[in-house]
Amino acid sequence: MSKISYDGPILEIDQLSISFFTRLREIPAVMDFSVVVQPGEAVGLVGESGCGKSTVALGVMQDLGVNGHIVGGKIKFKGQDLGKMSAEQLRDIRGNEIAMIYQEPMASLNPAMKVGKQLIEVPIIHEGVSEKEALRRAKEVLIDVKLPDPERILQSYPHQLSGGQQQRIVIAMALMSKPSLLILDEPTTALDVTVEAAVVDLVKDLGKKYGTSMLFISHNLGLILETCDQICVMYSGEAVETGSISDVFDKMQHPYTQALFRSIPLPGADKNSRPLVAIPGNFPLPHERPSGCNFGPRCNYFKDGLCNTQAIPMNKIKGFERHFSRCSRIDEIDWDTPISNSSQFESLPPGDVVLKIDNLKKYYEVAANALFGSSGTYKTVKANETLSFEARESETLAIVGESGCGKSTFAKVLMGLETATDGGILLDNENIGSTPIEARDTQTVADIQMVFQNPFDTLNPSMTVGRQIVRALEVFKYGQSDDERNDRMLQLLDLVKLPRAFATRMPRQLSGGQKQRVGIARAFAGGARIVVADEPVSALDVSVQAAVTDLLMEIQRKEKTTLLFISHDLSIVRYLSDRVMVMYLGHVVELGTTDQVFSPPYHPYTEALLSAVPIADTSIEKKHIVLEGDIPSAMNPPSGCPFQTRCRWKKDVPGSLCETEVPPIKTLDGGHQIKCHLVKSKLEKMEPVIKIAAE
Amino acid sequence: MDLLTWSDIIIQIVLRLGPVWVALVILFLVSFRFKRSLGLYGKLFDSTIGMIGFAIVMFWVFAGFFAGALDWITTHDPLAQFSGMKNKVPGTPLRGAEDGDFSHFLLGGDHLARDVFSRMIAGSTIVIIIAPMATLFAFMVGITLGVPAGYYGGRLDTTISFIANLILAFPVILLFYLLVTPEIRLTGLPQYMAVVLFLFPLIFFTVLVNSRFHIVPTKRNALLGIGLAVLGILYISLINEAGSKISFLSSIDLFDVDAGLLTVFVSVVFVNAPTVFRIVRGLTMDIKTRDYVAAAQTRGEGAWYIMLWEILPNARGPLIVDFCLRIGYTTILLGTLGFFGLGLAPEDPNWGATINDGRKLLSIYPHPALVPSIALLSLVLGLNLLADGLREESLKD
Amino acid sequence: MALFILRRIAIMLFTSLCLTFVVFFLTNLYPNLEKMAKTQGNFRMNDEAVLSFLENRGYLLPLPVKYGEWLGVYPGYVIEGSDGEIRGRCFKSDQIPSEAPRYCGILQGYWGYSTRFKSDVWGIVTTRLGLTGILMFWVMALMVPSALIIGILAGMREGSRTDRSLSTFSIVTTATPEYVSGVILIAVFASSAFGLKWFKGTATAAMDNPNLENFFLPVVTIAIYGMGYIARMTRASMAEVMTAQYIRTARLKGVSFPNIVLKHALRNALIAPFTVIMLQFPWLLNGVVIVETLFNYKGFGWALVQAAGNNDIELLLGVSVVSVFVVLVTQLISDIGYVYLNPRISVT
Ligand SMILES: Nc1ncnc2c1ncn2[C@@H]1O[C@H](COP(=O)(O)OP(=O)(O)OP(=O)(O)O)[C@@H](O)[C@H]1O
Ligand code: SF4
Ligand code: SF4
Ligand SMILES: [Mg+2]
Repeated sequence: MSKISYDGPILEIDQLSISFFTRLREIPAVMDFSVVVQPGEAVGLVGESGCGKSTVALGVMQDLGVNGHIVGGKIKFKGQDLGKMSAEQLRDIRGNEIAMIYQEPMASLNPAMKVGKQLIEVPIIHEGVSEKEALRRAKEVLIDVKLPDPERILQSYPHQLSGGQQQRIVIAMALMSKPSLLILDEPTTALDVTVEAAVVDLVKDLGKKYGTSMLFISHNLGLILETCDQICVMYSGEAVETGSISDVFDKMQHPYTQALFRSIPLPGADKNSRPLVAIPGNFPLPHERPSGCNFGPRCNYFKDGLCNTQAIPMNKIKGFERHFSRCSRIDEIDWDTPISNSSQFESLPPGDVVLKIDNLKKYYEVAANALFGSSGTYKTVKANETLSFEARESETLAIVGESGCGKSTFAKVLMGLETATDGGILLDNENIGSTPIEARDTQTVADIQMVFQNPFDTLNPSMTVGRQIVRALEVFKYGQSDDERNDRMLQLLDLVKLPRAFATRMPRQLSGGQKQRVGIARAFAGGARIVVADEPVSALDVSVQAAVTDLLMEIQRKEKTTLLFISHDLSIVRYLSDRVMVMYLGHVVELGTTDQVFSPPYHPYTEALLSAVPIADTSIEKKHIVLEGDIPSAMNPPSGCPFQTRCRWKKDVPGSLCETEVPPIKTLDGGHQIKCHLVKSKLEKMEPVIKIAAE
Repeated sequence: MDLLTWSDIIIQIVLRLGPVWVALVILFLVSFRFKRSLGLYGKLFDSTIGMIGFAIVMFWVFAGFFAGALDWITTHDPLAQFSGMKNKVPGTPLRGAEDGDFSHFLLGGDHLARDVFSRMIAGSTIVIIIAPMATLFAFMVGITLGVPAGYYGGRLDTTISFIANLILAFPVILLFYLLVTPEIRLTGLPQYMAVVLFLFPLIFFTVLVNSRFHIVPTKRNALLGIGLAVLGILYISLINEAGSKISFLSSIDLFDVDAGLLTVFVSVVFVNAPTVFRIVRGLTMDIKTRDYVAAAQTRGEGAWYIMLWEILPNARGPLIVDFCLRIGYTTILLGTLGFFGLGLAPEDPNWGATINDGRKLLSIYPHPALVPSIALLSLVLGLNLLADGLREESLKD
Repeated sequence: MALFILRRIAIMLFTSLCLTFVVFFLTNLYPNLEKMAKTQGNFRMNDEAVLSFLENRGYLLPLPVKYGEWLGVYPGYVIEGSDGEIRGRCFKSDQIPSEAPRYCGILQGYWGYSTRFKSDVWGIVTTRLGLTGILMFWVMALMVPSALIIGILAGMREGSRTDRSLSTFSIVTTATPEYVSGVILIAVFASSAFGLKWFKGTATAAMDNPNLENFFLPVVTIAIYGMGYIARMTRASMAEVMTAQYIRTARLKGVSFPNIVLKHALRNALIAPFTVIMLQFPWLLNGVVIVETLFNYKGFGWALVQAAGNNDIELLLGVSVVSVFVVLVTQLISDIGYVYLNPRISVT
């Protein structure tokens, strides 16, 4: 089947409205949405979870399921109305002209079908080529997506490949028939930062090579900046601002876009001198939208009578090509006023050492064979290898690393859920490293508490919020009577800025950010002195992240807590931590103050990590470092330096030192520690990864 | 008097069941009115399937209750034999009916000239008592063993799972034939099993209360004291029977349970418990990976608190669904026992035994076997539909 | 893989030992022995006579000894009875006692002697099992394909009209135990009073010559009950697979609906029901017992009822061993099959 030839825009979406019909009500997921994708262009679609990004994508694919319907507007692909096509015609277009890539690579590949078979299906269906020809093409595309050993990969099942490889297969599958439009729905969210960087790089190159237009969906502004030409910002089912990347990033014309940029930690933001400005309130549910402007209740520029009377149309911005904004006060707002720095804080001097980790080791014995376990062979997984550091009162220590680097294991050992294999954890000079939680006294347990990652998992769904906090108080032996504990519980709700009425609510009645606040209140119930926060905001929407982060900082200031902040997100780490510890495959590879870690000399891994993190700031120039391959599995770590399989500096170390010997820890000026064989002179020659471009 | 026509029979039966209809209508009106504030039960009334199932189940519950407790609905004594009514077709007038006697055998007579309709209704009484109770006990056992097995894993899990699989590998019928015989009853074995099985609710209750309130000992002691006293008396009454192998503390032996019934009960619990165990164990293994369990661990909660207050309540959805299904399965098992003449007295009007009696003359007089068959079928069907409705509704939001 | 199977077989043997011991224990409880003595001897025996009857036949030896004898790891008893006759476990009627082997148990291939049928247990078990095998074969042949087809059709488009009607059908069948469906089927199809008289209500003739007329009803009766269960499992599994991301991927690749179902969904959807089908065996055995009783088909289930009803210890043991064995073998097959169907699990 030949492709349609057409000169105009590839995709024109015009005033599209999509609703889902449930038994209770109609849910308008997308309203009055327009966007145009020109040939060879990449358009980014950003917005928070639930704002309708995926729905737009599925609308284009005409695959909204049984209860989703297009209730207004048109979607034209190469001039043809997709809504008027028969099922037959649609099938011809899907996979052939328009291809789609989703978030979860593992889930989008058929687990019971060999990769090769899934790939060759595309040209066989659409072009009727022979199996041999299809296989030849599959191999070509696999080479294009930089997968090693295509022959073997074609014969593998998806589960035999790593996450990064799977996502490359999905991309290859989408490219098999050289589509004119590629829709990517959060294609890298499930991947580690360094792997994500490589995949994004690949998508960009291939887009150019194949001349494919792209609709790139993401909640990450930095990623959009790196990949797209045009951007469309969505809020609660509507596009609120569209335009070219530079227009929207630098000359934004919508209060939501502005608030969004002010709430994400860009370089330059600092928890004391330039704190983030959180967007107040919560994202409205589709059926609870306000009248007039959807952003109204959270908007700083809201004007009664103007913003909440009628639906606000998309307005063209004067003096710009293709720059639109859905706000009725564009001209009245002074877009250049700097952030009003309402709150600035003294930076706290760190106090005494409260926690000392001394050569901590945690090894696991795992059965080599998962299903038929216990049938003999065991392997040792070294989850934590000789960790040593100190943490002081009122200090924030960030632990950074990608999946499997041993962050969470360390947290477990510290909490007493696991015991250390070797070494010690000294809390006020008392070793608790080998004391399991049952054997710890109440005070120790109350002293070290934790905030969990997933807000939907952190609260017991069948117990009221208040009851869960009171239970913590009971366990920590707070107060004498139920009344006393109840009072304290209400105070804790105040502390995390939740209305007292929430005490009687069930967790399912709370939003993600609110749940996370309850989690924080619970952690501080026993007056914790050390709080481990395991990616406390990574599952939250951008606009709530800032609020929760600020809350944590505020409580820390008040309570002089030592905060161990576990994260893979370097932007937020730079923003809030005093010291940073970078981990890779169980090893601490770098440890120092935030400034030391974020400026050269770097550990080679830190350098790559910094380069991989997308930054939503057009004035930032980044050095481009792409790491080869995936993170090795902790079951079979490489010999010698853990990072040697992907290190670009390895060649600067004489001999095969990197492959044979684990590097020692080098202490540089100011107590900055790096675990690498590179000699000092080489380290000093490193250039900064992130530069603010001279304007 | 004449033979009733089919439409007359139906009218008569519907009239006879009057109290059941009234009760059903009231129940549905009230539930419908307050369905938004009744949680999962209320949501049931959003699902047609669920409502139909619930209606059928409640039909039998009311019928069994009115017949058993108030002696309504049944037209004749289900055990009495009426001369000349042997194998009579439905609608046959009762020969020599006196004043106050119901004038017809609505669904005919069986091979011993007893009223089929009354026997069917009387048969429901025993089912609606035994099946839910036995299932409840099976759940107690399954939960008390399954939660720790799933939570701790390791050797404990291996051991209990092995025993559970052992019981599951036993063909149910073989087990029944071995356990539910008068000879076994003589050895007191079912009673010893009852001693063990019925202990589980007590253990369950104690652990439940203790794990939650050990921080406030006064409250715990009060709760435990009262609860255990009540449960203890029930327990002792249940397992004790004058003149059998177990008979002590006869002063607080409040009631005796028919030995056959006890045996049936115990074996049904015994057969069901391993499956419940497996389900609970699986659910526990799933839920224990949640962060709120980790949160409880990091504040130093005891293992039993976590198992019973953090994990178990969140497994309730699937467990409630399985509970309904399992009552149905238990009903089938009870029927099987009756069918093979095991356990209860031969003249007992339970459905299984009645089917077995009726099947011998099935090709000539089908009604004595058909009526209880359809009764059993409808009850189990109702339970299955109810479970289906509950499952569907509990999956929604 | 070999190691895995070996481990499983070891567990199987251990399980069988445990189970047979339980059966042994239960059947050897004194009241059971007493009942057996009375059926064997005569019903008016007094307690003393019962005792000596049992004594003479080695029934009163300690339980482990008897179990050891039965297994063949302990020498068979030789007892000079109170009536002067010498009896031995290993004596055959036409044998001189001194020539009899010392051991005779399962390990020696001797399964014991049926007191009910007065013949060798092994012979009874094999002939009865053969008859039941034929029944089971037809049940499987009818049940499995129809259940899978129903399940797949229903789960293919969740919530559609086909789905609703097929699901209701499956629910109805799972609510119909064999003794109910059997009764209804006989009444409808075989009753001489008002039935259709298409089939026979008894399957005695099918033991020699199974044909549609005499074999259809028993087969259908067993199949119906299991069918709904498998169909519902298949439906749930299919419905889940159809909402999976990779099915959407296939759809958006332009694969046509029939191909999505056949090529992409089917194999994934069958993984779960496969295990279920295999685990149906212990249940089917139930059905077999009921149906064989109901239709008077003298197979394995009938033998079980006879053995249990008459406390025929050795036959009961033989029957238990065989049925437990069948159950365990199917569990093994289900595990191995699961591995082959599901590429995500590798054994090596
Ligand atoms: N099948 C459906 N039935 C009912 N409501 C739906 C359905 N699919 C989506 N919605 C609703 O439509 C709205 C938009 O959802 P959509 O998935 O497009 O958001 P999104 O921007 O892609 O979010 P995310 O970033 O979480 O992927 C949400 O409120 C969602 O709850
Ligand atoms: S229309 Fe009003 S409320 Fe909406 S974004 Fe503009 S200023 Fe804010
Ligand atoms: S030791 Fe070698 S391989 Fe490891 S980070 Fe340093 S240079 Fe790279
Ligand atoms: Mg989405």
